[in-house]
Amino acid sequence: MNYHSRKLLKLNLAPWRMATVSGLLLTGLVLVAGRAFYLQGLNTDYLQGKGDAVANRNLTLPAHRGQVSDRHGQLLAISTPVESLWARQAELRLTDDQHAYLARVLGLSVPALTEKLRRKTRGEFSVQRPVTPEQAVKIAAMGAPGLHLRREFRRYYPAGEVAAHVVGFTNVDDLGQEGVERAYQDWLAGRAGERQILRDRRGNTIRDLAPIKTAQMGGNLALALDLKIQYLAHRELAAAIATHKAKGGSVVVLDAKTGEILALANQPVFNPNNRRNYQPGPMRNRAVIDTFEPGSTIKPFVAAAVLERGLLHPDSVIDTPQTWRVGAKLVRDEHPHPQMTVSEIIQKSSNVGAAKMAMMLTPQQYWEVLYRAGFGQLPGSGFPGETAGRLRDAGTWKPVEHATMAYGYGLSVSLLQLSRAYMAFANDGEVMPLSFLKREPQEIVGERVFSASVAREVRAMMETVTQDGGTGTRTRVPGYRVAGKTGTAHKIVNGRYASDRYLSSFVGMAPASNPRLIVGVAIDEPSGGVYYGGSVAGPVFAQVMAASLRQLALPPDAPETATRMTQNTPAAARTDGGA
Amino acid sequence: MSRLNVILALVLVACALAVIQAQHRARTYFVELERLKKEARMLDEQWGKLQLEQSTWANPARVDALARTRLGLVAAPPERVHVETLVGTP
Repeated sequence: MNYHSRKLLKLNLAPWRMATVSGLLLTGLVLVAGRAFYLQGLNTDYLQGKGDAVANRNLTLPAHRGQVSDRHGQLLAISTPVESLWARQAELRLTDDQHAYLARVLGLSVPALTEKLRRKTRGEFSVQRPVTPEQAVKIAAMGAPGLHLRREFRRYYPAGEVAAHVVGFTNVDDLGQEGVERAYQDWLAGRAGERQILRDRRGNTIRDLAPIKTAQMGGNLALALDLKIQYLAHRELAAAIATHKAKGGSVVVLDAKTGEILALANQPVFNPNNRRNYQPGPMRNRAVIDTFEPGSTIKPFVAAAVLERGLLHPDSVIDTPQTWRVGAKLVRDEHPHPQMTVSEIIQKSSNVGAAKMAMMLTPQQYWEVLYRAGFGQLPGSGFPGETAGRLRDAGTWKPVEHATMAYGYGLSVSLLQLSRAYMAFANDGEVMPLSFLKREPQEIVGERVFSASVAREVRAMMETVTQDGGTGTRTRVPGYRVAGKTGTAHKIVNGRYASDRYLSSFVGMAPASNPRLIVGVAIDEPSGGVYYGGSVAGPVFAQVMAASLRQLALPPDAPETATRMTQNTPAAARTDGGA
Repeated sequence: MSRLNVILALVLVACALAVIQAQHRARTYFVELERLKKEARMLDEQWGKLQLEQSTWANPARVDALARTRLGLVAAPPERVHVETLVGTP
């Protein structure tokens, strides 16, 4: 059956109608195809972008900064998330009511807020960093366009000012500015990761579109610091500064066996949690950055130098007149004794004796001992801005300087450097490298400065300093043998030595039979009447040392002093635990 | 021959359904994983906050003050410390 064969069904159309209809249809087809080609072919990138913008998300994976803790895991610095308020100028539409409300929530006056929001930046800018959780809830509830909250990590320092100088602090952008935070910035900082995801209508993540770049969390850091000892050092130092009306001061506690820095406190101090009103002065870590002329605390090195060369024995007797002329300079002693042994020169801190001993050596020989002990070199603690002090080349020394150098004038040191050098006496001649980080004993290699016998002999001399007749009788710690050396140095003011400004210091070690701890104390410009190192820095040393020994539970090496005292009845017990 | 085709068609449909099922399960698990990761992050943050709180309470300055004032403790004076030496130890 063929339709065409039927007459009835045969189309009888005018050819122009056929042409018009097919022309229209063809035009329609061309239009649609053209549009399709335009969308799929030419404009595809733009449209694909639009589509992706709906479903795809690029997420940054936040990485937080590592924690800093003390050697027992007590936190010293930690990052926790907080909200901060950001605004985008182009989208910002606030009604007057909203404006007033926002000002009230933020605790600002209306004009102050207007000032903050009127910023000509194109992108986003922060309005308030950070806001409290309560403020964040209220601001989020406003739902105002152009305002949004952003999650950021803020650094907190639970120990506050107690460990402020060692730990340091970060700025708002989480970059370490001072202290350990700066020294170990690379290790502590995290690296944010990135991830591309596909989201469904309800905002669930459906799948990853690209391999995840995982966020690198910042590494944690365990410091060598012992927070309890640190606190005690901080407390005793602050008390001494107040008593003696001093300008400042520092305390350093070292582990003599490992070179670890167990405590390091300075005054004045700052609170790292309060980022307002920062002043550069209190932020300085004086014990590491500032130098001073060591005064008599250098004398044990003179004694060690002459003993090592075999020039004298600890019991060799030297004539020590009250004054002794070197060139144009008159070296004098405050408390004259016509003759003294080497040991007594250290015990009574005789300038004449020390100068005479130093003059037995050539400048080069004396310089070499000081240099080996670490003077004039960076202490190597890795602390930002640590100073090498000043030790001039022996070739430039004049005879006067050679003599004054024997009692600590003409060279300058930092307290950390001086305490480190005393490790040579505490550790049978070996100096361990300093460390702000906790470390395992086996990984340390020391540096030999003196022979073990010389170190022990000088240590024995320094023990007499704390005994009757010495300059450091107020540094005694009940139950323990203590060795150390006092120092009282005139300060240089406008290029001249000021007769009434002093730097009082004491560096010592205990238990003297086998020292575990070195404590260095320096008090800057005590102006309460007393200024001798033994009287100003000595008691601080005794308190910090006693507390640290107790903290480390070290067995007493002079138990007779303690057992003798136990015979007293408790009723007669003194409440004063000091020396 | 046509019977084999029918069987293959049925197998094909079954496979297709299985794929859908598997895909669905994968997405559900993925969503679950995401949720748990988020929870882990939140717990981590909370842990940090608790650590911060703990260390604030355990601040030596605070413990020192409390021990002295509220508990009335004092450091043992040396007179009241008795050192025991074990007999036989070197």
